[in-house]
Amino acid sequence: MTIQSMSKMPSVGFAAGMWRVIKSIALLRESWVGMIGAFLVLFWILVAVFAPLITQFDPNASIQPYARPGTLSASGSIFWLGTDHLGRDILSRIVWGSRTVLFYAPLATLSAYTVGILMGLMAGYRGGLVDDILSRISDIILSFPVLVLYIIVIATIGASGFNIVIAITFASSPGIMRIVRGLVLDLRNRDYVAAALTRGESDWRIMLYEILPNARGPLIVDACLRLGYVIITIGVLGFLGLGLPPPDPDWGGMVNETRQMAIVFPYMTLFPCISISSLILGFNLLADGLREISLRD
Amino acid sequence: MTDTDEPVLVCKDLCISYYTRAGEIPAVVDFSLTVRPGETIGIVGESGCGKSTVAMAIMQHMGANGGIKSGSITFKGRDLTRLNEEELRSIRGSEISMIYQEPFASLNPSLKISTQLMEVPLAHENISKAEARERSVQILRDVKIADPERVMNSYPHQLSGGQQQRAVIAMGLLSKPSLLLLDEPTTALDVTVEAGIVNLIADISEKFNTSQIYISHNLGLILETCDRVFVMYSGEIVEEGTIKSLFNSPRHPYTHGLFSCIPLITTDKNAAPLKPIRGQLPLPFERPLGCYFGPRCDHFLQGVCDQAHFQMKTVGGEPDHRVRCLRYEEIDYKQVVSNTETKVSPEIGKRVLDVDGMKKYYEVKDSSLAALISGKSVRYVKANEKLNFTAHESETVAIVGESGCGKSTFAKVLMGLETGTGGEIRHNGKEISHIKVRDRSTEQIRSLQMVFQNPFDTLNPSHSIGGQISRVIRQFGVETDKKKVFDLVMTLLDTVKLPRDFYFRKPRQLSGGQKQRIGIARAFAGNPSIVIADEPVSALDVSVAAAVTELLMDIQREHKTTLLFISHDLSVVRYLSDRIVVMYLGHILERGTTAEVFAPPYHPYTEALLSAVPIADPDIIKRRIVLKGDLPSAMNPPKGCPFCTRCHRRIGDICDLELPSEQLVKDRHVIKCHIPVDVLSRIEPVIRKPGESDLNHA
Amino acid sequence: MVLLIIKRIGFMIFTMIVVSIILFLLLETGLTGDPATRVLGHFASDEQKELWRDQHGYNQPVVFRYTKWLGHFATGELGTSIRYKGPVKDVLLPRLWNTAILGFWTFAIMIPLSLTLGVLSGMKEGSFLDRVISVCGILTTSVPEFASAVFFSALFVFGLQWLPGTSSMTNGFEFKLLILPAMVLVVYDFGYVARMTRASMAEVMTSQYIRTAILKGLPYRQVILRHALRNALIAPFTVIMLQINWLLSGVIVVEFFFAYKGFGALLLEASLNNDIALLEACAMVAVVVAVSSQTIADIGYTFLNPRIRFS
Repeated sequence: MTIQSMSKMPSVGFAAGMWRVIKSIALLRESWVGMIGAFLVLFWILVAVFAPLITQFDPNASIQPYARPGTLSASGSIFWLGTDHLGRDILSRIVWGSRTVLFYAPLATLSAYTVGILMGLMAGYRGGLVDDILSRISDIILSFPVLVLYIIVIATIGASGFNIVIAITFASSPGIMRIVRGLVLDLRNRDYVAAALTRGESDWRIMLYEILPNARGPLIVDACLRLGYVIITIGVLGFLGLGLPPPDPDWGGMVNETRQMAIVFPYMTLFPCISISSLILGFNLLADGLREISLRD
Repeated sequence: MTDTDEPVLVCKDLCISYYTRAGEIPAVVDFSLTVRPGETIGIVGESGCGKSTVAMAIMQHMGANGGIKSGSITFKGRDLTRLNEEELRSIRGSEISMIYQEPFASLNPSLKISTQLMEVPLAHENISKAEARERSVQILRDVKIADPERVMNSYPHQLSGGQQQRAVIAMGLLSKPSLLLLDEPTTALDVTVEAGIVNLIADISEKFNTSQIYISHNLGLILETCDRVFVMYSGEIVEEGTIKSLFNSPRHPYTHGLFSCIPLITTDKNAAPLKPIRGQLPLPFERPLGCYFGPRCDHFLQGVCDQAHFQMKTVGGEPDHRVRCLRYEEIDYKQVVSNTETKVSPEIGKRVLDVDGMKKYYEVKDSSLAALISGKSVRYVKANEKLNFTAHESETVAIVGESGCGKSTFAKVLMGLETGTGGEIRHNGKEISHIKVRDRSTEQIRSLQMVFQNPFDTLNPSHSIGGQISRVIRQFGVETDKKKVFDLVMTLLDTVKLPRDFYFRKPRQLSGGQKQRIGIARAFAGNPSIVIADEPVSALDVSVAAAVTELLMDIQREHKTTLLFISHDLSVVRYLSDRIVVMYLGHILERGTTAEVFAPPYHPYTEALLSAVPIADPDIIKRRIVLKGDLPSAMNPPKGCPFCTRCHRRIGDICDLELPSEQLVKDRHVIKCHIPVDVLSRIEPVIRKPGESDLNHA
Repeated sequence: MVLLIIKRIGFMIFTMIVVSIILFLLLETGLTGDPATRVLGHFASDEQKELWRDQHGYNQPVVFRYTKWLGHFATGELGTSIRYKGPVKDVLLPRLWNTAILGFWTFAIMIPLSLTLGVLSGMKEGSFLDRVISVCGILTTSVPEFASAVFFSALFVFGLQWLPGTSSMTNGFEFKLLILPAMVLVVYDFGYVARMTRASMAEVMTSQYIRTAILKGLPYRQVILRHALRNALIAPFTVIMLQINWLLSGVIVVEFFFAYKGFGALLLEASLNNDIALLEACAMVAVVVAVSSQTIADIGYTFLNPRIRFS
């Protein structure tokens, strides 16, 4: 490699970055568990993205109550998964419901991570009083049974998508903080951090540039697991009637609305349950695959 | 020990492979060895040569992915490779035992020593618990543990490192095995503790009539413990022989190369620079055709050495000495040795560093109930107590000591990662011990840099080499223009003799030695006036370490840098330093020029340290001093002289009660001891070569 | 050691006080909306609300009200439930007992199951058995409790018609009615505990002291039972104690689904009906249970670990 070609560094760096992403996806191929997970997740992402193209009915429109799966509708389209007691097409509701889940779950996870990582970095790197205060706060929040916490928070601030994001951030960031803190406590004793200190780098640069990138492995795996768990939470809140206000489709809420009729019309509850389980399974399998790969090198 | 004795162990044409996702990795390709009763065999080689694999193969404990491809391991007439689990179990621990590198990790943390010892005879012999206990106490006494009853009732974490290793050795000897495998048994221990363990090991075969296989990377230790030695390189034995014939006339170029890489306590950097072996150990699947050492060998002959794989040959006149080299008879090492270059000692310049009564205490909160009640909840650990020394331009000052002696704390204060509690450190006349690194000027930061110990830790694994060096250059304001920064990185890579395309590599693509070179490049990027190197080569293999050491010395010479070299290894220190500071539990016990420190009068601790250094030279006669006990904890140091608990020259209560003051021997040679200098001067030297009255005055 | 226990208990009390303050602020003050509106509804007139506030002492200073409230709590004076028109204590205690029964059976099945599976798969990491157990664990933890309740009902209630679909226990206690709720809780939780046990066991099995034990020639059983388990079960102990916290969440869903008259369903009802006194009592009970189990976990951990016990 000549000096001339080397001086075009940024583009080389970008290409190298892209190459790394491609390589990590290719690595996943070696773990069949991870592949299945990636496939499931990708499937639901595509469903959510192409929701208008897939569905033939308005998810909130009352068309024909209690239609069995496969019934032909008046408009000539088929209710592939039947309709619910209010006559709404279940397939359409599931497909549009995937948008709700895949919008709020990543948003809530991202928000929890932003708060958790910042807290963890501060607590782990600064130590001392900052660490004591942050750790005590998170201990207290973590001592609540999670769902009790959600119920109280939602009961007081009301049920809405935004409030769910806030509640999840509040309840999960302490857990993320603990993980980050643990990683930082280990990483900050590395010689490269000492080297950065001895050349007078700022605290933020050390936290964000020297420490955080090296914690990414366990954090990515944890994020996948947590995403699955957040989806469960959103589903459970919907199921308990504390989720998104009706009529917009929400998988947990669909189960709640129709479970009384499950003995006669089991398909009304089964399909949303299968959908949510498969999406969570996707994230959990993906996490397992990623961990397996990260342990390998 | 006669040749008619039936051998205890015979390994014949052993091939061992590991099977991984990437395919088969042949770890050991050709290994044959015979152990006779009562004999101690040494296996020496660098990391990755397959020596530990051999030990695990003998124990038949290879893990799920390892397997013996061909060959046999015959122990007392039985082929171990053909035994089933149950038969193996009856041999393991009773007839063959093993001692491990890290004693703490190899003891179960939640079982008492008594349980762990007693279960060995209980598993193999039909005896009562009381009998097993009695025998365990006896064996602890045999391995020279002072209070066996207390140790029996302790958990591993309550013992010191030396006691732990003695307990592990006791465990190995409990059922009087015929063969004892020792895998780097002293690597994790401090030198003075190591000396005691080595002494113990050397006595084992006599006392218990046990044959031993001693695995080590340290030729000096092999010399002190073994009868015969096998040198391994890249999965095969390249040379074997009795200690005498192999150490006196090594025949294989690799063995010879190894000896040239070790700084001997009798040489120094200017008279006989180290001659590193070039290149690196080939990866198992990259081994060349013919001689595996070929690409690194100075005597490589195309068309001869790179043909087929060849067998060991017996050296004429020495039945036990065999070598795997086609050209061993042609090579005349004497010829090569005479070409040795010598280097010119650099001019020592002005004084750049003044350490004046520097103190560093750490506050430790004692949260035990007793401490809370008595009100003494805060204690001080005196990590550095009144350090005094100076360093000049172009000078190499070594700071020597074992773990907990405070050498790393000193480095931290000097670098501004911690601030001193009292006294001063002046750099070019300016006080710096109370200024944190953030508050220092760029100029001060730039001129005081550090090379770190652990090669796997010194570089940030997430960023490219180029990015990391560029950052240093920009941070120090040496260059800001992108193009110029880039050019400077290239120059630095040239300086540390690495290819320029390393710019784009990630640290994980580099070997340990290469990472350490980058670490050196990073430290010298801002042309510092002082570089502090904290055990920069202790984690590297000897052949690599030699190259890195030489590189460091060359750059230092060129830049007229003051080098503060922190080490526990006296041979390296003797080799490269101009002045030496000996530390123990936060105190400087002796300081002076290298020649002064290495010759009487010694501080008793220096004397013991010198005696503890394993020397890979059979001609040298060493006076053995084995210190009793272990290093006291820095949390709870002795009241008087820090060394009084272990001192072999203790003169009385004064040692226990009063901290000795510094005695000036002459010029800048200082000893901190109650024994008068003229008494210390009469002590005979620890190390001498026959025929020389005292090599240290030479 | 003693100090450590005192510290843990001190922290436990501190946590409970902080939690009580948070609860008080959330539910009893205007911080998140007017409590009077919450109780009386949006259509109550201003006079009605004012009267209610006066009657219930809401016009007194916050600090004074909090101390009084806390005093009542500490003495077991839990107030009156608006919905059940009676003392909270009378409503709460039988419900707690029901949940305790459900929790007991869940743990009685889950702990041996998950520990056995975890140890088995951790013993030989990467073996076929390990892979199967791991994948099963991932599969079951991926199904939310309400979904597995739906699946199990579909199978055992509607399909095979073995079990009843609700567990309201209107005709007194019936063991049969516990099966489905407990099963749902076990299935959701065992995967996590098993995974933690496996990780702990696998780590121990690769440790050097296990190699030492094997190479001492000990029988394999002894290596596992004496050397491995003792160290491998320290971490799962903490995990299991923390599962009590999880269980408190799980019972809410399960009791709601199966109409089981337990504590979780009561908490949910209270929150949906704005039954503040009841909600406060339930929340405090949940926190007390969770925090004390954590304290026991912490203290137990130090007891199990000789490195901490003797330092």
